[in-house]
Amino acid sequence: MPKPWDDASERLLRELAPRALGAVARRFHDFAAAEDAVQEALLAAFTQWPGEGSPEHPLAWLIQVASRRITDGIRGDAARREREAEAARFNPAASWFPEAPPSETDDTLILLFMCCHPALTTSSAIALTLRAVGGLTTAEIAAAYLVPEATMAQRISRAKQSIRASGAPFRLPSPAERAERLPAVLHVLYLIFNEGYASSAGKRLQRLDLAQEAIRLARCAKDALPGHPEAAGLLALMLLTDARRAARTGPGEELIPLNKQDRALWDHAEIAEGLALLSAALAQGAVGTYQLQAAIAAVHDEAPRPEDTDWRQILALYDLLKRVSPGPVVALNYAVAAAMVHGPAKGIELLDALEREGSLAEHHRPDAVRAHLLEMLGDRQNAIEHYRAAAARTNSLPERNYLMAQAARLEESSG
Amino acid sequence: MKYMLMMNTMRAGQGVPNWPQKDLQAHIAYMKSLRGDLRESGELVAAEGLAFPDQAKLVRAGAGGIPITDGVFPETKEFLAGFWIVDVETPERAYAIAARASAAPGPGGEPLNMPIEARPVMSAPPPEML
Repeated sequence: MPKPWDDASERLLRELAPRALGAVARRFHDFAAAEDAVQEALLAAFTQWPGEGSPEHPLAWLIQVASRRITDGIRGDAARREREAEAARFNPAASWFPEAPPSETDDTLILLFMCCHPALTTSSAIALTLRAVGGLTTAEIAAAYLVPEATMAQRISRAKQSIRASGAPFRLPSPAERAERLPAVLHVLYLIFNEGYASSAGKRLQRLDLAQEAIRLARCAKDALPGHPEAAGLLALMLLTDARRAARTGPGEELIPLNKQDRALWDHAEIAEGLALLSAALAQGAVGTYQLQAAIAAVHDEAPRPEDTDWRQILALYDLLKRVSPGPVVALNYAVAAAMVHGPAKGIELLDALEREGSLAEHHRPDAVRAHLLEMLGDRQNAIEHYRAAAARTNSLPERNYLMAQAARLEESSG
Repeated sequence: MKYMLMMNTMRAGQGVPNWPQKDLQAHIAYMKSLRGDLRESGELVAAEGLAFPDQAKLVRAGAGGIPITDGVFPETKEFLAGFWIVDVETPERAYAIAARASAAPGPGGEPLNMPIEARPVMSAPPPEML
């Protein structure tokens, strides 16, 4: 009996995508061809199922349709012999495609490691992950990243060529390899989240919500990697950040900084889930950059009012983060936290030191931070100058508007 | 990250470049192959060439928003000849593409080394702000 189509069927279809892909890739010993065929099967499902209802065995349907595409392709292909020769050249040993189907989490995991292969550029890894693991269509991914569909299709096809050339086998990496390559996988998911979170304005209007998609994929990664608390830490970070989404922009889509947000709009269920995940992850005793960032987000989320924020704890966490993953942005945030604990003069002192090191050259954030600290000190004129300097250097339109508005506000209040 | 690469070469009234046919063809083929490579690499977002400045009009709103057009004047300035919008991994990659466009061959097959202005396209804000 076909089932009527609804949002749940669409979710199910997307969840089945990596499993169908795993099955077809194993059967035909060709990841690239399988990935294309499953994409076509998904498109067919998206076209047919809403009208005709979902089939009784949707996974079997997808595998069958995708397999037929591959065999049809081989039969109908004029350059068949050439393709076979190529397949023979590239075909890995049969042992690379174990016939015994692993569990479904294994398939997701194999695909995540495959799509976030070190041979790929970040943008190709992102595109391929969203398609192969996320079950998204090329058109959806292209629309989310505001590039033409042909460009995205080309990126995905090149990604698969690189994987093929690298000779990566379609199997789960060894535990040692997994530990080594996990940061790359988590980084790709983190970037997908950031893109979605940054570009969304409060309400969830788009059909494809990259932040939600990243949360879904991070959930898969966490379930498949129970021994790796950083996977749980990343999911916690996403939830604890995403929880503030509705409060982050005003009616005109203008940015609202953390200390001005209406905290009643925060999603407290999401915060609770993030906090629970984070404490379970921290209890495993292998702290890393995502757990620390999640812990910082948690301290903000737990403050009922901005003035209740435990900045001492945030400063201590940034101090740890500086050691675990040093970098200019972390150093800058450390300076902000230090200013909140020890006063703006301390923040400016740290900022001066950072600028002497030169690691923040050409970046607008130090100017924005300095402007803020100068304003706290009551140095309105210099604050205005630094807000303007930051506005001139940012590449973000909403942030530029925000910084210009800060300068204008100070200008008017001084008159 | 997206960049717009702008080729500012034409001058109003300068007309169609007076190059030998073979040089003209080499120039066109060079630009075509650049475009093909950007498409192939999955970096091309858009690329357009613009009509010669002879067809450009300066438009201002008159009373009631009625458009008032004016010709452009030969002495004014350089004109945009065309642009690319590319989506690249690093600014350095955008500059490399710009340099390749800059080196397009001109008369005698010599590289023109024309100035290409590379500017970031505004993007979404970072996830967290002070």
